[in-house]
Amino acid sequence: MSPDLLKLIFGRLGFESLPLHEPIVVGTFVAVALGGAVLLGGLTYFRLWGYLWREWFTTVDHKRIGIMYMILGIVMLLRGFADALMMRGQQMLAFGGSEGYLNAHHYDQVFTAHGVIMIFFVAMPLVTGLMNYVVPLQIGARDVSFPFLNNFSFWMTVGGAVLVMASLFIGEFARTGWLAYPPLSNIGYSPDVGVDYYIWALQVAGVGTTLSGINLICTIVKLRCPGMTMMKMPVFTWTSLCTNVLIVASFPVLTVVLALLSLDRYVGTNFFTNDFGGSPMMYVNLIWIWGHPEVYILVLPAFGIFSEVTSTFSGKRLFGYTSMVYATVVITILSYLVWLHHFFTMGSGASVNSFFGITTMIISIPTGAKMFNWLFTMYRGRIRYELPMMWTIAFMLTFVIGGMTGVLLAVPPADFVLHNSLFLIAHFHNVIIGGVVFGAFAGINYWFPKAFGFKLDPFWGKMSFWFWVTGFYLAFMPLYVLGLMGVTRRLRVFDDPSLQIWFVIAAIGAVFVFIGILSMLMQFAVSFLKREQLKDVTGDPWDARTLEWATSSPPPDYNFAFTPVVHDNDAWWDMKRRGYQRPLTGFRPIHMPSSTGTGIILAGLATAMGFGLIWYIWWLAALSFIAMLAVGIGHTFNYHRDFDIPAEDVIRTEDARTKLLAGAK
Amino acid sequence: MSRLKILALLPLAAALSGCDYVVLAPAGDIAAQQRDLVIISTVLMLLIVVPVMALTVLFAWRYRQSNTEARYEPDWDHSTKLELVIWSAPLLIIVCLGALTWMGTHLLDPYRTLGRIHADRAVDQSKAPLEVDVVALDWKWLFIYPDYGIATVNDLAAPVDRPINFRITASSVMNSFYIPALAGQIYAMPGMETKLHAVVNHAGTYKGFSANYSGAGFSGMHFDFQGLDDKGFDDWVAKAKSAGGSLGRAEYLQLEKPSQNEPVRRWGTIDADLYRLILNMCVETGKMCQSEMMAIDAKGGNGHQGLNNTLPLAYDKYARRGTALGPEPTFVAGTCTPDAPQGKTTASITAPVDTAPLLGAGLKRPSFTPLKSSSFFLGQRPKSDS
Repeated sequence: MSPDLLKLIFGRLGFESLPLHEPIVVGTFVAVALGGAVLLGGLTYFRLWGYLWREWFTTVDHKRIGIMYMILGIVMLLRGFADALMMRGQQMLAFGGSEGYLNAHHYDQVFTAHGVIMIFFVAMPLVTGLMNYVVPLQIGARDVSFPFLNNFSFWMTVGGAVLVMASLFIGEFARTGWLAYPPLSNIGYSPDVGVDYYIWALQVAGVGTTLSGINLICTIVKLRCPGMTMMKMPVFTWTSLCTNVLIVASFPVLTVVLALLSLDRYVGTNFFTNDFGGSPMMYVNLIWIWGHPEVYILVLPAFGIFSEVTSTFSGKRLFGYTSMVYATVVITILSYLVWLHHFFTMGSGASVNSFFGITTMIISIPTGAKMFNWLFTMYRGRIRYELPMMWTIAFMLTFVIGGMTGVLLAVPPADFVLHNSLFLIAHFHNVIIGGVVFGAFAGINYWFPKAFGFKLDPFWGKMSFWFWVTGFYLAFMPLYVLGLMGVTRRLRVFDDPSLQIWFVIAAIGAVFVFIGILSMLMQFAVSFLKREQLKDVTGDPWDARTLEWATSSPPPDYNFAFTPVVHDNDAWWDMKRRGYQRPLTGFRPIHMPSSTGTGIILAGLATAMGFGLIWYIWWLAALSFIAMLAVGIGHTFNYHRDFDIPAEDVIRTEDARTKLLAGAK
Repeated sequence: MSRLKILALLPLAAALSGCDYVVLAPAGDIAAQQRDLVIISTVLMLLIVVPVMALTVLFAWRYRQSNTEARYEPDWDHSTKLELVIWSAPLLIIVCLGALTWMGTHLLDPYRTLGRIHADRAVDQSKAPLEVDVVALDWKWLFIYPDYGIATVNDLAAPVDRPINFRITASSVMNSFYIPALAGQIYAMPGMETKLHAVVNHAGTYKGFSANYSGAGFSGMHFDFQGLDDKGFDDWVAKAKSAGGSLGRAEYLQLEKPSQNEPVRRWGTIDADLYRLILNMCVETGKMCQSEMMAIDAKGGNGHQGLNNTLPLAYDKYARRGTALGPEPTFVAGTCTPDAPQGKTTASITAPVDTAPLLGAGLKRPSFTPLKSSSFFLGQRPKSDS
C-alpha cells in the first residue's frame, strides 16, 4: 500500500509505535494480555456478559455506579503503584555511575504516569465512588438527580483510564511531569503522541468529572428528604457538596487550558509557545487554578468521612458541627486564592508572593479547627477501635505533619529552598496519602457492610493498616531528609553515594506499602469467603448515626421504601433513640429510572475519538464525533426512561427484611 | 501509636548525626536567612502541632471503650469557650507567621539588591557586584561573565563576600536555577529574564543544578559552584581567558543543541551582545528580536504584513514546529528588505539596475547593504522533517 494511504488510514500509528524494544513493557503486556484473556474467558465461560451488561454496565443505580468507581480506583491503584515501585527501584539503584534499569525515555514516562494516574484515576474515582454511593443514602434520596448522567460520567472516567492504559502498549505516555508544563509539553519539544494521550485522557475523564459534580450538587440541593435543612445535613454530605462546587468551578479551567494546549499542538496557535507572544507562564497559572482546588476536591470528602467515623465510633455527637460546616465552606472559598504558591519561584514580586503565602496559611486555620473538632469529638467518648477508627487516628497523627510542612512551604523564602525538592514530594504524599488515601480506606471499611451486607475481615484489615502506615513513614520521611539535603525531584541518576541509604529506606517503605495493598486485596477475598460469619442483617453494624444506616444492607434498589423524615442532625441516631418503628404496611409502587446503554456507548465513542485525535487518524475522530452526536440525539427519542417497582415487589423485599431482623433478635 | 511516633522521629535523629544538610547549613547569607525562616516557622508551628498530636494520643487512649472509668457524655457537642480557643489558637500562630512571611518575602525577594553580605557585615560599596548571565540550555548551564568577557559551561565561580547579580534565562524549556548552598532557586524561562541576588560567605565547592524537570538529560544538568577568595577567583578568570576560543552566535547555536552530561567548557572571549540576543530569541540570523517586535507593536504594528510575517519570529529550535493541521510560517519579503517585493522570494528576483537607495536632500546615505542570498531570511536551518 502506498504510504499516503497508510497515513490516511492509520495516521501516525505504525508498527514502530509499539514499544517492542522495551523488555519491561513487553513483559507487562504479556502478563496483562494473559490476565485479560483469563478474565474475559472466565466471563464468557460462566456466561456473565449478559448479567454484567444488564445489571452493571448499563445501570443507573447510584450504588452500583459507586461500587464500579471504587473498583476502577483500586485497579488503577495497582497500575499507579507499580509505577511508584519502579521509581523507587530506579532511584535506589542509580548510584555511583550506574544508570539503574530504566532509561530516560521510560523513567520520564513512569513518573508522569504515576502522578496522572494516582490523582485522576485513583484518588478521584475513590472519592467520587464514595460520594456516589453514600450521599443519596445519607440524604434519604432514591437516586441522584440525573441517573443517566451518572452512568455516562462514570464511563467517561473509564474512557480516560483506558486511554492512559493504552499508552503503555501503543505508543508512549507524556514525558513532561504530571502537569505537562509547556514549552516542554508543546509540539516543538514533545512532538510524539505522549502529550496527546495525556490531553485526551484528561479531557475525556474531565467531562465525566464535571458532569458528576453537577449531578451531585443538584442531588444534594434538591433531593434532601423532608426535615433535612442544610444545617441538618451529615458532615460528609456537606463536604461532598463543597467538593462538587469546587469540581464544577475548577474542572472547566482544566478543560480550557488543555484545549488551548491542544490548539497549540494541533493547529499551531501560540497560547503557550515561547514565540509569537505565547506565555508558558499563563499555562502554569491556569493549570494551578484548577490544580489547587483539586487537592481540596480530594481531601474534603476525606474530612467528611473522618467526621462520620469519629462521631460513630466515639458514640458521640460530632463536636462543633456548625464550625465544622463553616470551616469546610471557608476552605472551599480560600482554595481559589492560593494557586500561586505552586510557583513562587516563577519571578512574581514580593507582595504577590506574600499575599498568596499568607492566604495559604489562612487555610490552615479552618483545617486546624477541624482537627480540634475531631479531637473533642473523641473527648468524653467511648472509642471503639474498629478499622475505620484506626485509619482515622493514623490520619490525625500523619496529617498534622503534612499540614505543618505545607504551611512551611507556603512561606515564600522557605519555598525558594524547598520548592521542587523531595521535601515537597514528601509533603504532598504526606497529605494525600495521610488524608485522602487513609480517608478512602476508612470509608471503604466503614461503608463496605452497607454495600455488601457483611463486614470486612479485621485481621487482614489490620495487616493492611499497619503495613500501609509504617510503609508510608518509611517511604516518605527519608524524602523529607533528602529534601533538606537539596535533592530535587524527578532525577533519574545520582552522583552523591551518601544519599543512597535514604533511597534504600524509601524503597523498603514502598515494599511495605505494597504488602499493605496486597493485604487489602486479601482482605476483600477473605471477607468474601467468610461472608456468612461476617454477615450483618441489621443494616446498622456500627451503631451509627446517619440515614444510610436506617435501611437494609445492601439497600434495596429504591433505598428507602418510605422517604424518611428528619428532625435532628444525626437523623438515624435520633430515630433510634425515639424508638423508631419500621413501617410494615402501606407500601406503594416506587417510581425509578431505567437502565440504559447510552452512557457506555457514548463514552466508548469519545474514547475512540480521543484515540483518533492522538494518532492523527482523522477519519476515526470525525466518525466517532458524528456517531456521538447521532447516539446523543437518538437517546432523546428513548421514551423508556422510567418504570414503577410494583407494590408487591416492595412488600416482598420489605417482608424479607422484617424476617431477617426478627431472626437477628 | 507510639511506635509510629518513634518512626517519625527516626529521620530527625539521623538528621542530627551528620550528612550534608545543605539547606540547613548553607554557605551564603541569603540561603542562611531562608534557612532561619524554615526553622523559625517550624518551631512556631510545633507550638500547636505537638499539643495536637499529644492530645490525639491521650484522648485516643483515655477514651477507649474498655476504660469505663472515663467520663462518657454522648450528647456533649458544643462549647463556645472551646470553639474560641480552637479558632483563635491557630489564628494567633498564623498572625505571627504571616507577619514573618510578609517581612521575609520582601527582604529576601530575589530581585532585591543585597543590603548586607553577612549577618554582621554590610555590603562593601567600593566593590562592584559580580554580574553573571545564566542561560539554561538543553541540558547544561551556560554562564557568561560580561565584565570579564568570558563564558563557561557547567562551571560557576564567585569571590567570597562579593555580591553576585544573576540575570537568568533559558534557550528552550523551563528550568530552575538552584544552588542550595548559595540562595533559593528561581525559574529560568526562554524569552524571559529572572533575577537573583546572592553572596557566598564561605569558600568551597557546592552543587548547583536545575530544579525543574526539563526533559531527557535533566539528571545530568548540574554544575559545581565555587566560592573562591579574590586571588583564587582571579586565577579562575585567567584560566578561562587562557582557554582561548570565542563564543559567538555560531558557536552558541552549536552549543545549544541538546546534549547530556556536558563536561566543563570555557571561552576566553565572547560576543558582548550574545546574552541580549539569547534573551530576545534572535541569535539565529534572520530572526527578529523580541525587542524589535515589541518596538514595532508599540508603534501600532505592521498591519497585514505583520500578521503574515511569521517566519522571522518563529523560534523553532531544532526543527520546524510542524503542527498537525497548522499553517507553515511565512514571511513578507517587503518587511525584511527594501528591494524584495511582496509575494516573491528573493531567489527569483533580479536585482534592480541601480541599488543606491533613494536619498532626500541633506540625508546621509544609510550604512545598510542588502543581502543577496535567501539565507538572510531563512538562516542556516536544518530542513523540516515533521
